[in-house]
Amino acid sequence: MSSVGANSLHPSHTPTTALLEIRGVSKCFGRRDVLKGVSLSIASGEFLTLLGESGSGKTTLLRLIAGFEQPSAGEIWMGGERLDTLPPYKRRVNTVFQHYALFPHLSVRDNVAYGLRVKNTPAAEIGDRVDQSLRMVKMEEFAASRPSKLSGGQQQRVALARALVNRPQLLLLDEPLSALDANLRKQMQGELKSLQRELGITFLFVTHDQEEAMALSDRIALLRDGALEQVATAREIYAHPATAYTAQFIGQTNLLQGEIRGSIATCGVLRWPLDAPDGLAIFSLRPEAIRLCAGGGRQATEVKFRASIRQQLYGGSSELLEVDCGAGQFLRVRIPVHGPLSGEHDFVFSIADAVRVQE
Amino acid sequence: MTATSPTRRAPLLTLYAACVFAFVYLPIIVLILYSFNRDGVGGFPPRHFTFDWYRQLFADGPIWDSVLNSLFVAAGSVVLSLTLGLLAALALDRADFPGKALFRRLVLLPLILPGIITGLSLLMFAVFAHVQLSLFTVFLGHGTALISVATTELFAGLQKMDRAQEEASLDLGATPWQTFWRVTLPNLKLSMIAAGLLIFTLSMDEIAVTFFLIGRDNTLPLEIWGRLRRGITPEINAVSTLIFAVSVALIIIWYRVRTRGLGAEAQELIETP
Amino acid sequence: MFSRAYKTLVSLPPLLWVGLFLLLPYALMFAHSFWAVKDGLLVHQWNLDNYHTLFAKPVYIEVLLRTMRIAASVTFCSLLLGYPLAYYLSFHSGGRKELLYQLVVVPLWVSYLVRGYAWKTILGSEGVLNSFLQYLHLTHEPVSFLLYSPFAVVLMLTHIYTPFVFLPIYAALEHIPRPLVEASQDLGASSTQTFLRVILPLSLPGLIAGATFAFVLSLGDFLAPLLVGGASGTMIANVVQSLFGAAYDWPLGAAISVCILFVVISLLFLTERLEKRWSFK
Repeated sequence: MSSVGANSLHPSHTPTTALLEIRGVSKCFGRRDVLKGVSLSIASGEFLTLLGESGSGKTTLLRLIAGFEQPSAGEIWMGGERLDTLPPYKRRVNTVFQHYALFPHLSVRDNVAYGLRVKNTPAAEIGDRVDQSLRMVKMEEFAASRPSKLSGGQQQRVALARALVNRPQLLLLDEPLSALDANLRKQMQGELKSLQRELGITFLFVTHDQEEAMALSDRIALLRDGALEQVATAREIYAHPATAYTAQFIGQTNLLQGEIRGSIATCGVLRWPLDAPDGLAIFSLRPEAIRLCAGGGRQATEVKFRASIRQQLYGGSSELLEVDCGAGQFLRVRIPVHGPLSGEHDFVFSIADAVRVQE
Repeated sequence: MTATSPTRRAPLLTLYAACVFAFVYLPIIVLILYSFNRDGVGGFPPRHFTFDWYRQLFADGPIWDSVLNSLFVAAGSVVLSLTLGLLAALALDRADFPGKALFRRLVLLPLILPGIITGLSLLMFAVFAHVQLSLFTVFLGHGTALISVATTELFAGLQKMDRAQEEASLDLGATPWQTFWRVTLPNLKLSMIAAGLLIFTLSMDEIAVTFFLIGRDNTLPLEIWGRLRRGITPEINAVSTLIFAVSVALIIIWYRVRTRGLGAEAQELIETP
Repeated sequence: MFSRAYKTLVSLPPLLWVGLFLLLPYALMFAHSFWAVKDGLLVHQWNLDNYHTLFAKPVYIEVLLRTMRIAASVTFCSLLLGYPLAYYLSFHSGGRKELLYQLVVVPLWVSYLVRGYAWKTILGSEGVLNSFLQYLHLTHEPVSFLLYSPFAVVLMLTHIYTPFVFLPIYAALEHIPRPLVEASQDLGASSTQTFLRVILPLSLPGLIAGATFAFVLSLGDFLAPLLVGGASGTMIANVVQSLFGAAYDWPLGAAISVCILFVVISLLFLTERLEKRWSFK
């Protein structure tokens, strides 16, 4: 994951070799603004995920790039060429559709060959490329089958082969794994990731599943109500969410509402020194950043507090606690498997883990 | 996502579609226009607007007798074919019996078969059974042939219905009889209305089967048919215009009913969290 | 979940009714076709003479062939009008789709007879079209070949069956998932390619259903020829009708009916198989 590492050193760094550039794109359907001035550039060879709730505009953005919708304002450029004025069939972009959209009247082989046939590719070349593509997704033996005879995972592979056989510069994937069951989804995630790295094709992946986004992406672009909330690597966005929304959407977190006065941050019963101007503040504190304190003192960079256990949820590899710090302040704490807990305990977290976020 | 593909302009196709619409509507418009033409059918352009033909029509006793006859036959056919069609749809949906496949085809046959075949078969049957031809035989013919319409419509309604509703009703202690009246039938209300309206219209308009089963009293289409044989008069334009108006009114009623039904369904969807 | 009594109760009445009032009459027609008429009276004497007459006299075959030609023309013309209309409505009508759909459906509810009559008033030698042409000074004499010809029959039946043909085609087009069309464009197919390679094949079942409907119903029509067909537009069902009427030869009429029935049922059987083969759900 070398590229991810490199990026995480420069979180706000824009890739120099941008393949796709989205410049101030807006889209409204009637009176509804679905996208509000989105600007984003995607580097060649990157795996970028558009993450957002349903209705956040992520699929619309994808459809604008594919050419199924026209932007109301703004431009889309790819490799120095204006993209948004071209009809879909003239764009070097291919899409893996949410429900695969395999042609039911064509065999697997003819589905994969479709893009080459309509572009009048020589028959011999079609045969070779289709075979190669089917091999790539391990579907050679199903070449003669009808799509309706395949399982969801197999259809997924065919959809992938059908898109990739055209050697697009950019592959758009619209929640391609959402229709698969959990185990298969995990497996396909791995295959997608390694396929992308092998082929070096730029992937623009749409999902509402933040875990999936983190597992796959070089960078994540989080959309909220048609605007970009944050664009960063998975590690960056998890460790340093810019906003309360991001912090809550990606992973679990405790949002602490409080204020800073005289270089002291106060959130309910929790207080710690913080060198910042006076004012209201919100902090995101991940449940796993809080530890059970076995005893002894605390370091200067840590905050220690006493809380009573309200609820304990066993999760196999870890346990999730809900603790009452008093004065109506509750926190979620994730600790390694410990065994049943009750009564009051001491907890501790590092000041650096309380990340200040925007409203 | 709810977004649909943008509609791309296709001027040639639009023009073609407009021509097809013109082809479909032109005869109907001409017909209506000339029902108000004093100089009768034909002659261009129509001039001298008049209501005379309508006046003549309203004073025409035999026409109104035939309208009454048609209404009786149509109302009877609706009751007969809806009842038997409902049972047939239920049987096809949930019972298994020998010859079910044959039964399904047989019930639907009058829908796709040319009317003359069904009409003649029933005529032979009437003669065979020594039944005098009359409005009653016409009613039997319509009612039997139109079971196909009721069955198709109600079977589709049953297929769309959530079977779990009936299971829930039985689970809550309702007898099958109660379940039928309180759950199954209310669920089919829209299909029943749709089928009823369709059967009514088709029966009012039926001529191929009626042709062979009619006795001394004419239905409206046969009365018109008889007059057509004698020659064209704008009175027929007038009665056709009225039939057209009634058909359109029926369609509007049907859409009101349907959209109200859909409105209620949408309401439920909104109210369910 | 339904008891035996329930199933019996719902199955028995329609079974008995359909058996008595459909199966038995159809069977009677079949039986009649093997009987004979002697001295103006029907005799229940089993024989194949009717079928023999049917195939021996060229006039019947001739009329049957003409009927099939007319029915095929009606089918072709209805498709020619109905398919593009359905395609336009389904893919290019935008927000007016619902309204336009209603506009196509309305004529379905308008009486067959009324529509046939309308054509009669339009095509006649003193009809609307002729007086219109004379009004424009395009012709001085009435054009007489319009009415009372096979052309008029085809025109009238096309007018009646175009909305019928439209319906199943429109339904099939509406059932094509739109992502398939987008996928085709996404893979580089132009609009024409997308139509020929995706939309047309997927709408074939609807096309076949519509075509079957138009063909079968035109095949057995006897009213259009009587209204607008004249002697040259006589169809097979007119022959049947006259055999049951003035000519009084029910067995021969029944034999022709059985032939029509045979053609219709084999056609239905064939198209049902085709529809199944070409539906991919």
